[in-house]
Amino acid sequence: MIDLDYMAGLLPVILRFVPLTFGMAVGSMIGALILAAILAVIRVLRIPVANQAAGVFISFFRGTPLLVQLFLFYYGLPQAIPAFVAIDGVTAAMLGLTLHFAAYMAESLRGAILGVARDQWEAARAVGMTEGQTMRRIILPQAARVFAPTMVNYFVDILKSTSLAFTLGVTEMMGAAQKEAAGSFRYLESFLVVAIIYWIMVEVLSRVQAWLERRTERRATGGTRA
Amino acid sequence: MSGRCGASLTGLAKRFGETPVLRGIDLCVDPGECVAIIGPSGTGKSTLLRCWNFLERAQAGRIQIGDLSVDSATATKAEVLAIRRRTAFVFQSYALFANKTARQNIAEGLTVVRGMPQAQADARAMSILRDIGMADRADAYPSNLSGGQQQRIGIARAMALDADLMLLDEPTSALDPEWVGEVLALMRRVAEAGQTMVVVTHEMQFAREIADRVVFMDGGVIVEEGPPERIFSDPTDPRTRAFLQRVL
Repeated sequence: MIDLDYMAGLLPVILRFVPLTFGMAVGSMIGALILAAILAVIRVLRIPVANQAAGVFISFFRGTPLLVQLFLFYYGLPQAIPAFVAIDGVTAAMLGLTLHFAAYMAESLRGAILGVARDQWEAARAVGMTEGQTMRRIILPQAARVFAPTMVNYFVDILKSTSLAFTLGVTEMMGAAQKEAAGSFRYLESFLVVAIIYWIMVEVLSRVQAWLERRTERRATGGTRA
Repeated sequence: MSGRCGASLTGLAKRFGETPVLRGIDLCVDPGECVAIIGPSGTGKSTLLRCWNFLERAQAGRIQIGDLSVDSATATKAEVLAIRRRTAFVFQSYALFANKTARQNIAEGLTVVRGMPQAQADARAMSILRDIGMADRADAYPSNLSGGQQQRIGIARAMALDADLMLLDEPTSALDPEWVGEVLALMRRVAEAGQTMVVVTHEMQFAREIADRVVFMDGGVIVEEGPPERIFSDPTDPRTRAFLQRVL
């Protein structure tokens, strides 16, 4: 029933789009991470005005579907802001992924920051560090260690979500499979190939995560008491 | 008071919500003096230290260190930072930076706060580590150090800052009994080196032998203060007498 030869033939065609999928994911991840760190610090330090703005931002991007957000950026925004007419599908997808996942990552990064023991803040202040120095030198490095395994989860999520870029007319793995299937009518084989490639990529990432977790545990510092 | 004292508190008052914890503290510490604060639990001793470097903000009172004097109620961010940069603090829970090695814990304040070049700060940290007999643990993270070792690093971190005033908040209270001796020995050396310091402590032996002056606190006020031999042998206030009878 399944045409294995067709699948074998299709595999290299789809694999050519792995770099695009992976590139979109990495780019969105970096953007989301930077934005999430900024949002989390604003939230933790309760910086006036910025804190409220960050709250609305996080609430909106967590409270609406990613697909709706992508359509808003790609199809909606150009009608309001002419500069967005020139936006291409890849850019719109990466922008949407960045903002969407930044909102999620900001909240879990905030949790990681608040999880750092209170005496670490006090010790940093007591040696005369400013709030910024305390955050950069003492708190964020400790929060990052807790956050690292979770980060892989988010990356997996982003990687899989790049497939939505196909709804903005981007020919990535999913888009390529759709085109092939439309010609050959072999929908099952085509999408199965895409699924398997995603699955393998995510499996590899899960191994990386497990390794990260073991490493974190070994270097776990826990409290400061012996 | 200010001017003649190395460091002082004047009229310091602190409430937590509706509960008064410090009810007007006046304390003058001479340069090079070691003052031990003793008294029952929950009497505001630790809060007094924590208000001194603004880990807590008192609602009223003046805080003076050297030629710097600020109003604790209205102190600006810059004034808070300036006070903190003239003090060093030793925590009951050690509070070593968990993401830094022993050496980095000591060097961190020198590079980040004082702007000392890394190599010079590392050299200074190593020299202190050698001095306190912990050079072999320079690259250990706090989680791999014993409680006694962690607290010695905590004191070393404070020593490195060469602060005008060192505040020590029950530095031996969290320690297993086996480690208390080595920490007290280091505190004695710091005091003998002429460091101006205020120590909140339950170690009556330390207060008696090392402190230049003992301050007895109860109910958020200083009840009595004087040279250790007088406080311990001839306390005048009945509350001091009752407390000393319980702990000695």
